[in-house]
Amino acid sequence: MLKDITLGQYFPGDTVVHRLDPRTKLLLVVIYIVGLFNSTGWASYAFVILVTALSMAISKIKPKSALKGLKPLIIIIILTAVLNIFYTDGTPIAEGWIVTWEGIERAVMMSLRIILLIVGTFMLTYTTSPIALTDGLEIMMGPLKKIKIPVHEMSMMMSMALRFIPTLIEETDKIMSAQKARGADFDSGNLFQRAKALLPILVPLFVSAFRRADELAVAMESRCYHGGKGRTRMKQLKMQGIDLWALVLGAAFLAAIFVMKHFGL
Amino acid sequence: MSEIKVSGLSHVYSADTPFEKIAIKDVNVEIPHGQLVGLIGHTGSGKSTFIQHLNGLLVPTSGTVLVDSVNINGDKTATRDVRFKVGLVFQYPEYQLFEETVYADIAFGPKNMKLTETEIDERVREAAALVGVGEELFERSPLELSGGQKRRVAIAGVIAMRPGVLILDEPTAGLDPAGCKRILETICDYREKTGSTVVIVSHSMDDVARIADRLIVFNHGRIRFDGTPEEVFSNPKELSDIGLSVPAPTQIAAALRELGVRIEGSIYTNEQLLAALLKLKKEDERNA
Amino acid sequence: MSSIISIKNLHYTYPGDEFESLCGVDLEIEKGSFVAVLGHNGSGKSTLAKHLNAILTPTEGEVLVNGMSTGDEDKLLDIRRTVGMVFQNPDNQIVANVVEDDVAFAPENLGVEPKEIRKRVDNALKQVDMYEFRLHAPHLLSGGQKQRVAIAGVIAMEPEVIVLDEPTAMLDPKGRAEVIDTVTKLCREKGITVVLITHHMSECIGADRVIVMSSGKVIADDSPENVFSQVEFMKSEGLTVPATTELMFELNKNGWHLPLTALGVNECAKEIAKELK
Repeated sequence: MLKDITLGQYFPGDTVVHRLDPRTKLLLVVIYIVGLFNSTGWASYAFVILVTALSMAISKIKPKSALKGLKPLIIIIILTAVLNIFYTDGTPIAEGWIVTWEGIERAVMMSLRIILLIVGTFMLTYTTSPIALTDGLEIMMGPLKKIKIPVHEMSMMMSMALRFIPTLIEETDKIMSAQKARGADFDSGNLFQRAKALLPILVPLFVSAFRRADELAVAMESRCYHGGKGRTRMKQLKMQGIDLWALVLGAAFLAAIFVMKHFGL
Repeated sequence: MSEIKVSGLSHVYSADTPFEKIAIKDVNVEIPHGQLVGLIGHTGSGKSTFIQHLNGLLVPTSGTVLVDSVNINGDKTATRDVRFKVGLVFQYPEYQLFEETVYADIAFGPKNMKLTETEIDERVREAAALVGVGEELFERSPLELSGGQKRRVAIAGVIAMRPGVLILDEPTAGLDPAGCKRILETICDYREKTGSTVVIVSHSMDDVARIADRLIVFNHGRIRFDGTPEEVFSNPKELSDIGLSVPAPTQIAAALRELGVRIEGSIYTNEQLLAALLKLKKEDERNA
Repeated sequence: MSSIISIKNLHYTYPGDEFESLCGVDLEIEKGSFVAVLGHNGSGKSTLAKHLNAILTPTEGEVLVNGMSTGDEDKLLDIRRTVGMVFQNPDNQIVANVVEDDVAFAPENLGVEPKEIRKRVDNALKQVDMYEFRLHAPHLLSGGQKQRVAIAGVIAMEPEVIVLDEPTAMLDPKGRAEVIDTVTKLCREKGITVVLITHHMSECIGADRVIVMSSGKVIADDSPENVFSQVEFMKSEGLTVPATTELMFELNKNGWHLPLTALGVNECAKEIAKELK
C-alpha cells in the first residue's frame, strides 16, 4: 500500500541527534556526502558504514525503517549495479564472459554508495521535523534574499508540500480503491494502456489538490499570514555546545576519509 | 441472485510491523438477497474495513467471503467479477469523478465490464434515471454540478454496473438535512425498483434506522448487535455505552421511562413514540 | 451589551454571478454571545461568514468589526486577529506537521515574541484539551481532534470572536460533540463571542440566539426556543426542527398542551410526564 512509503518521513524522538540544530545536521549531511564520494577503497567504505550505523543507533532509528525507505529506489540501485557489472573492463570471471571481477567490485561499491547516500540523507529527515528543517534552510539561505531570491516563500512552499504528502497519499489510496470498485484495472495491458488507466486517479487527485490549495490559502490568510515580513518563530534556532561537538566530529570524519584516500584504502 | 456469506473474517493491517492493528476479528454474517441492512459503528469500529472485503478490495487475513456461493478470493476471475456484483460507493464519492462529461463518468464502470455500446448506453440512462440525474446534464462537466448532483452522478456510476448488492459508505455525509433526505429517498426508491440488496454504512442511527430491515452494529472490530431495528434499539443503554448516538426518540423514551412513564416496546422513530404516548393518554383518560 | 460586529445592509454578488448571494443583511452581534446561523445549502450563510473577517468584502453596505470596516485594507490584520475563523475541512486548514507548530502559526505571523508564543500555544492547547497531543502529527488525529487543533490555532491569536463555518459537517457524532462542547466552553468561560454556522439543528440548542438564513436574507432571528417553536414556518423553509419539538408539536395537534420551548431531551420528557399525570 502507498501508505507504507516512509520517504522523507519524520520520526519524533528525543535523542541527541534529534536535539541538534537543523543547520548543524544540514552541514553534517553535506560533510557525509563529501566523505562518501571521496571513499575509494574498502576500508573507507567500512568506515562510512560504521559511522552510518553508529548515528542510526544513537538516534534510535530502526534499520528496518531505514531500509524501507530504499524500497522505491530499488530499481535505480539494481540498474546501476547491472550497468557496472557489464560495462567495466578488466579480468573476466571466467573464460569468454563479459562479466569482470572489476565490474562486480564496482557494482557492489556503486550500489553501496547509493544506499549509503539515501540512508544517510534520510537520517536528516527522520530526525528533524520538517518545520525545523525548512527553518534551518531558510536561515542558511538567508544571504540569497539580498539577490532577490524568495527564500521565505520557497521554504514555506517546501514545508507545505511536506505537510500534505501524507494527506495526498491517503487520498490517492482512496481514489484508487474507488476506481477499482468500478472495475478499473491498473495492472494489465501495455504501457500505453496502463498510462491511460492512471487518468481516473490523476484527474480527481489534481482537482482535489487544487481545492485543498484554495481552501488552505484562505485559512492561512485568516490566520494573518502575510508573507515572511515581521514574522517571528516560536522555536528559535540556537547553536549549542553539542552542535559544536557534532561539527568537530564531522570534521574528524572528513579528515579520516581524506587520509584513507591518500593511502588508497 | 446475490447473497453474501462471510465466515470467520479477520483483517490485520500492517501485520508483523510495529504498526500492526487488528481491524476486524472473527466476523460471521449472512445477508440474504433483497435485504436493506444498516451497518452502524463509530469511526474505527471496523465497518469500513469490513465492506471493502465484500467486493474483494481487501483480502482477508483469515476467513472467507462468499458471494452467490463463490469464494471471491478463490481466483483472479472471481475477484474481478465480484467488483461488478457488489457495487461499492465510497464516502464522498463525488471526489472520484474524472471524466469530461457526466455521461462518460457514469459509463466508466459498464465500459470496464466490456459491454457493447448499446448496452452501456442503456445502463447509463437507466442508472441516471434511478438516481434522478436528468439527461440534460449528460453533456455537462461533472465539476460544474452542485454538491448533491455530483454525489448522485457518482452513485449512478456504480449503479450502472447493475450490481446485485449496493453498498454505500456514509452516503449522506456532509449534506444538509434536505440533501440527506433526498439521497435516502433515492436509495429506498432504487431498492424498490430493482429489488437489490442494499447495505448502508453510517455512524448515525437516525437516518438508517427508519428505512433498514436489519441493523448490524460494529464495535472494536466485532459485531456487537445484529437484528431488526426493534431488537437493536431495545438496548439503548448498551448502544450509548459504545459511543453511538441513539436516535432522539429513543432518548426521549428512555428519559420518560426514568420518570416513571410506562412506555412499552422498542422506540426509534418519532411516529412510534407519538403512537405510544397517545395510547397512554387514552388509557389515562379511560381510568379517570 | 455592546455589539462587536455590526452588519449594515450587506449585499454581495460573487464575481461573474448574475444573482446576489446576500441581499440586504442587517445584524448586530453582541460581545460574548453564542450565535448560531442556520440555513440549507446555498442560503448564503457561508458567504456571510466569510464577510466577518474580510475574506470577502461587501459589494454594497458595510461590515464593522469593533468599529473597523472590513473594506479598509489597512485594518486587515487587526480585523483578522479580532475575528478568528475555523473552516469545514480540518485537513485543509492545518499548515504544520506537528500540532504545536500549527497552533503557533498565527502568533508567528503576528510577530509575537517567541516566549509569549510558547505560552499562548500551551494555553490554547489546554483550553481545547489537546495539550498531550502537542507533539503529534496532525494527519494521524481523528476529525474531532483535528478541528480542536484548528480551534486552538485560532485561540492562539487571542481573538474576541470565533466564527466556525460548518465545523462539524465532516465529523462523526463523537467529533461533533467534542467541537460543540469546546466552543460552548470557550464562550461561557472565556467570554469569547462564537458565531457557529451549521445545518445541524441539535447544535443550535445551546446558543443564545439562532439566525435563520434563506436566499441571502435573514428570515428569523430569535432565541432557539422561539425559532424552533415555529415548526410550520421552519418546515416551509426546508429546514427541520429538533426531534423534541417535532414530537411535542405533533402531540399538541392531538390536543395536548405542551410548551414547544422545551428543547432538551430531559426537559421535553418532563413536560410530557407532567401532561400524563
